[in-house]
Amino acid sequence: MTTSLTHAPPEAAHRGRPAARRGAHARRVFSAVGFLLPFGVLFAGLMIAPICYALYESLFRLHRSGLGLSAPTTSFAGLGNYLTALKDSVFTSSILRVLLLGIVQVPVMLIAALILALLLDARSTRFKRTFRLIYFLPYALPGVIAAIMWSFLYAPGVSPYASAIAHLGVHVDFLSQHMVIFSIGNMITWAWTGYNMLIIYSGLQAIPPELTEAAHMDGCRGWRLAWHVKIPLVRPALVLTTVFSIIGTTQLYNEPAILYRVAPTVTSSYTPILAAQHSADINNYNYSAAQSIILAAVTCVLSFGFLRFTQRKAADG
Amino acid sequence: MTTTTTRPRSAASPTGHRPAVRGIPVASAAGRTGAMLVMLLAALYSLLPIWWLIVTATKNKGYLFTTNGFWFSHFDLWSNIRDVFDQDNGIFGRWLLNSLLYSAGGAATGTVISVMAGYALSKYAFRGRDAVFNTVLGAVLIPAPLFALPLYLMFSSVHLVNTLWAVFLPSIVSPFGVYLSRIYASASVPDELIEAGRLDGASEARIFWRIALPVMSPALVTIFLFQFVGIWNNYLLPALMLSNDQLQPVTVGLAGWRAELNNGVPYNVTITGAFLSVVPLIVAFLALQRFWRSGLTAGGLK
Repeated sequence: MTTSLTHAPPEAAHRGRPAARRGAHARRVFSAVGFLLPFGVLFAGLMIAPICYALYESLFRLHRSGLGLSAPTTSFAGLGNYLTALKDSVFTSSILRVLLLGIVQVPVMLIAALILALLLDARSTRFKRTFRLIYFLPYALPGVIAAIMWSFLYAPGVSPYASAIAHLGVHVDFLSQHMVIFSIGNMITWAWTGYNMLIIYSGLQAIPPELTEAAHMDGCRGWRLAWHVKIPLVRPALVLTTVFSIIGTTQLYNEPAILYRVAPTVTSSYTPILAAQHSADINNYNYSAAQSIILAAVTCVLSFGFLRFTQRKAADG
Repeated sequence: MTTTTTRPRSAASPTGHRPAVRGIPVASAAGRTGAMLVMLLAALYSLLPIWWLIVTATKNKGYLFTTNGFWFSHFDLWSNIRDVFDQDNGIFGRWLLNSLLYSAGGAATGTVISVMAGYALSKYAFRGRDAVFNTVLGAVLIPAPLFALPLYLMFSSVHLVNTLWAVFLPSIVSPFGVYLSRIYASASVPDELIEAGRLDGASEARIFWRIALPVMSPALVTIFLFQFVGIWNNYLLPALMLSNDQLQPVTVGLAGWRAELNNGVPYNVTITGAFLSVVPLIVAFLALQRFWRSGLTAGGLK
C-alpha cells in the first residue's frame, strides 16, 4: 500500500560514531513526537474519548421518580440498555430499513457508476471532460442543501417532476408511504453516483494501455473487453466504493432529517442515527449512547465483513 | 506515488483515436449512438435538479410553482435575494459568515496539524510508527457521523454544547488529511533536501517550515479544500451541537427555515437561500477541479 522509503537513521548508522549518532537520532525522534503531538492529542480527545465515553454511559440507566420531584438517580445497568434496544421494535426496524435500502440502492448506484465510467473510458466517446464534470457536479452540493432541494422537488403540488408525469396521465406522490423509501434512495443515488464513477474511472485510467491494446488485437472489444479485461482490473476500486457506500447507507441522516419535517411518512426514528438523536432529545442519554454503539458495531461488522468476503473470494479465484 | 493515474489516452495510440486506421473497425454506429444516449440521459438526471434550483431562485415569488418548473419566467432574482437577507433580521448573512469562519478556520488549523503529523509519519523512523499510521488509516474508514452523537453526549457533560468550540474542535481532526499528507510527503519531499538542511545546521522545525512545507504546497491546497468543503457541508454535527441560531452555519439555518415553511418563512426565501449557499461551492468546484481529482484518486487507489 505505502511504498515510502525513509532514509532516516537506519540501525547500521549506530556503528559509526555511536554517541553523536544516537544524540541526533534521539533529537529526531523528539521532533517527530512534537510534529505528531497536536494531531495525537486532538485525535485521542475527540475521536477515541467520545467512543469510550459512550461505551461507559451506555452501561448506566437513569431512574426518575414517578412524579419527577426528586432528582433522578443513575444506576449500573450492565447490558440492560443494549437488551432494551434489541427489543425496541422502533430501533430495530430503523436498522432493518437502512439495510434494505442499502441492498437495493448500493448495487443500482454502483452498476450505474460502473457503466458510466466504462462509457467515459471507451475510446470512441466524445466530450469526456464535460460529461465527467456533469456527473460529478451533484457531489459539490452540500448533502443537506441537496436534501432541501429534493424536498421541494418531491412535495405534492410543487414537484415539477410530478406535474411532468401528470401530463402523461399518471399521478404520483413521492412522499407517500410506499414511495418515500425509493425517493430517499433516489436522493442518495443522485448525490453519489458521480463520486463513485470518478473513483472507478480513475481505476480504469490506471490500466496499462498495452493490456487493452493486446486484448483489442485479439478481437476482444466493446462490452467483451469491458467484462473480461477492464472490470476484473478495477476490482479494488469496486470493492472500495462498495464498502464506502455500505458505510454511508447505515449513516443515513441528512435526507430523512429534512423529509421528516415535511413528510408525515418519515418518522422521528426513521434511521438509526435519527433514533439515537431522538433518545438524546428526550434526555435519555444512556440509551442514546447504547444505540450509537450498536450502530457503530453494525457498521464495522458490515464493512469489514464485506472486505473479508471479497478477499476470500479473491484468494479462491 | 499513487496520484499519477490520469495518463492521457492519446499517448497510448499515437495514430489517433480511431483504431480503424490500423485495420480495426470502429465501434458500430448504433452502439455509439446508444452509448451517447445513455450518457445524455445520465447528464440530464444529474443536471435537472440543479437547473430547477437555479431557475426557481430567479422567479417572482407569486409564480414559483404555477409556471413550468424547468424554464425561466417572471424574473425577480434580485428581490428574492433581498428577501433572503431581510428574513429574520438578516440572519442569513450571519449564517454565511459563520460557515465561512468555521470552514476557513477549521480547514487552515486542520491542514497544518495534518501536514505536521503526515510529515512526521513519512520522514522519521521511530518505533510504533506503523502502529500509529494504521490507527489513522482505520479512523479514515470510520465515518464521521458515527462520532457525532458520542461527541454530543460527551460535550453535554462538560457544558461545551452550544458553543463555537463544539463545532470547531471536532472539525480540525482529519485522519484523511494525515493520510494524504503522508502520501504527499513521501512522494514530493526528497530525503536529500532534508539531509542538506541538517548539514547546514537547520533545526528540524525550521526544515519543516522552510523546506518541506513549500515543496508540499500543492498538497496543502488539496487537503485544505477537502476539509473546507467537509466542514461547510457538515450538517449532523452543528445541528446536534448548536441550538442558538446566532452560532449556526448556513446548512443548519436553512434546514430550520425549510421546517418553518408552514409557519411563515416564504418559499422564495428558502429556495433562493439554498441557491445562494450552493453558488460559492459550485464556483470553487469548477475552479479547483484539479485539486479535487488528485485528492479523490489518492483516496480511491490506496
